[in-house]
Parts: sequence; structure tokens; C-alpha cells
Amino acid sequence: MMRAVLPYPLLSLGLLVMWLLLNGLSAGHLLLGMFLALLAAKAMTALQPAKPRIRSWAPLLRLFRIVAGDIVRSNIAVAQLVLNRGHRERTSGFVTIPIDLQDRTALTVLAVIVTSTPGTAWVEYHSASGELMIHVLDLREEQDWVDLIKNRYERLLAEAFE
Amino acid sequence: MSPAPADFPLWAAILVALFLLIGSGLTFLGAFGLLRFKSFYERIHLPTLGTSWGAGGILVASMIFFSVTQSRPVVHEILIALFITVTTPVSLMLLARAALYRDRTEGNESVPPIGPEPEDGLSQQTE
Repeated sequence: MMRAVLPYPLLSLGLLVMWLLLNGLSAGHLLLGMFLALLAAKAMTALQPAKPRIRSWAPLLRLFRIVAGDIVRSNIAVAQLVLNRGHRERTSGFVTIPIDLQDRTALTVLAVIVTSTPGTAWVEYHSASGELMIHVLDLREEQDWVDLIKNRYERLLAEAFE
Repeated sequence: MSPAPADFPLWAAILVALFLLIGSGLTFLGAFGLLRFKSFYERIHLPTLGTSWGAGGILVASMIFFSVTQSRPVVHEILIALFITVTTPVSLMLLARAALYRDRTEGNESVPPIGPEPEDGLSQQTE
């Protein structure tokens, strides 16, 4: 019963929140938004998207806080790199990182983190070997970046999704 | 539509101006760096300044401005930030992988070869 009415609860909730943000909070829009969210989720079942399994929310919230801080820091770092007219020799390069995550949603979140942080760019991922290649703008020590991705992000993602 | 300047409190004006400057400044630095940096892979980092706090600063300024002038919380800018964040990786990966593919086909030495380290021997055969 629950599955028939709410096949994708997170999607429905997201759509409802989006509807209310765009139209303002009122009883009428709440009802209309709920109706549309249920309808859209129903239509979504025809596409049969893979359902993300979120095992626990606490690590995700912690990850969000950490990433928000990291993005601010790397914004400042990259802005300084642009302004710095070669006072210091800067090398950029590729770093290969072995990733143990298998869950697609977890990998997607990792991709969003790596790309939305200035200074690191997701270049290539091999699902068979689990090797991720990123490009780092200011590469000083390769191991630092491997540790950063593995200890700072991957561990929390594994806790949340696997 | 916009209120007379006298209606707009000073503290809000300062905050809005500050966030607008941060946002537009970072976006400008991103565009400037795009011109200055030399290789494709270095350049690909610069637009992310605009899509992270560049856009973020401008959106925060917008939220403060419209929340103050309309005397109610206006937060739908969060949606813009959310969609920018989740869609940037798509175009960025597409560009990066296209460049990588081209460089490898041309036999460019500066990019790493295909696949994992050839220690397992498999990747060598598939080339």
C-alpha cells in the first residue's frame, strides 16, 4: 500500500519542497504541491530509476558541513592562485586514487564534491578497477590528495550508503 | 518595484553589497584565470569558482535583498544553487573526458595512459 502510493518518497518530498519554495507557503499550494509530487513520483515509476539506499543520515550531514567549509577554503586558495603572478612555482597534475565505494549514489555524491570544489576536477573513473583519476590544480604532495578523498569524504560516504 | 533607498536599512545594504562583491569578484577571478592559465586541465578548474561561491555569493545577496524588501523569507535561490551544484559535474566530466580522449588519441605524453596501472596486465591488451 505504502509502496503503491509513495514509490519514491524522497523524490516526492523534494518536489513538494521545491513547489512550496517557488510558490510560497499556503494551504492551497501545500495540497496542490502534494498532489503534483505524488503524480510525478507515480510517473517516475515508468522509468524505474535505481532507488538510492541511504542507511544513515548523520554522516551525510557531517559530510555536508565538512564540504561546505572545504569549498570556502578552496575558493580562497584558487582565487589566490589566479592573482599570484608566478611568485611560486605551481605544478598541476593528475592523481590516481583507489576508491572502494561501489554504490552509485555514493559515487555521484563524491563526483559532485570533487567537481564543485575549486582546484580539483573529476577526470575519469574505472568502475571495474575502482580507480578514480582527478586533476589537481595546485599539486604539492600526491599522497595528501589521496588521503583527503579517502579519509575525509569516502569514509563518511561509505558509512552513509554502504 | 524596488523601494526608495531610504526604506532600505543600512546593515542590509552593507551585507548585500558585501556578498555581491564576493560573488562577482570570485566569478571575475574565475574568468580571468581561464584566460591566464595555459593548459586545458588547468583551465577546467576556473569555472568552478563561478559555480560555487561566485554564484553562491550573488544568490545570498539576492536572498537578503528580497527578504528585507518583501519582509518575508525569500529562499528559493537555494534551488538555483542546488541545480547549479548537481549539474556542473555533468558538463565538466564531459569536457574533461573529451579532452583526455583527444590527448590520448594524439599520443600526448602529458596525460596518463588508459586505465589502471598496467600491473594486472589486462589494460595493456585492451589498448
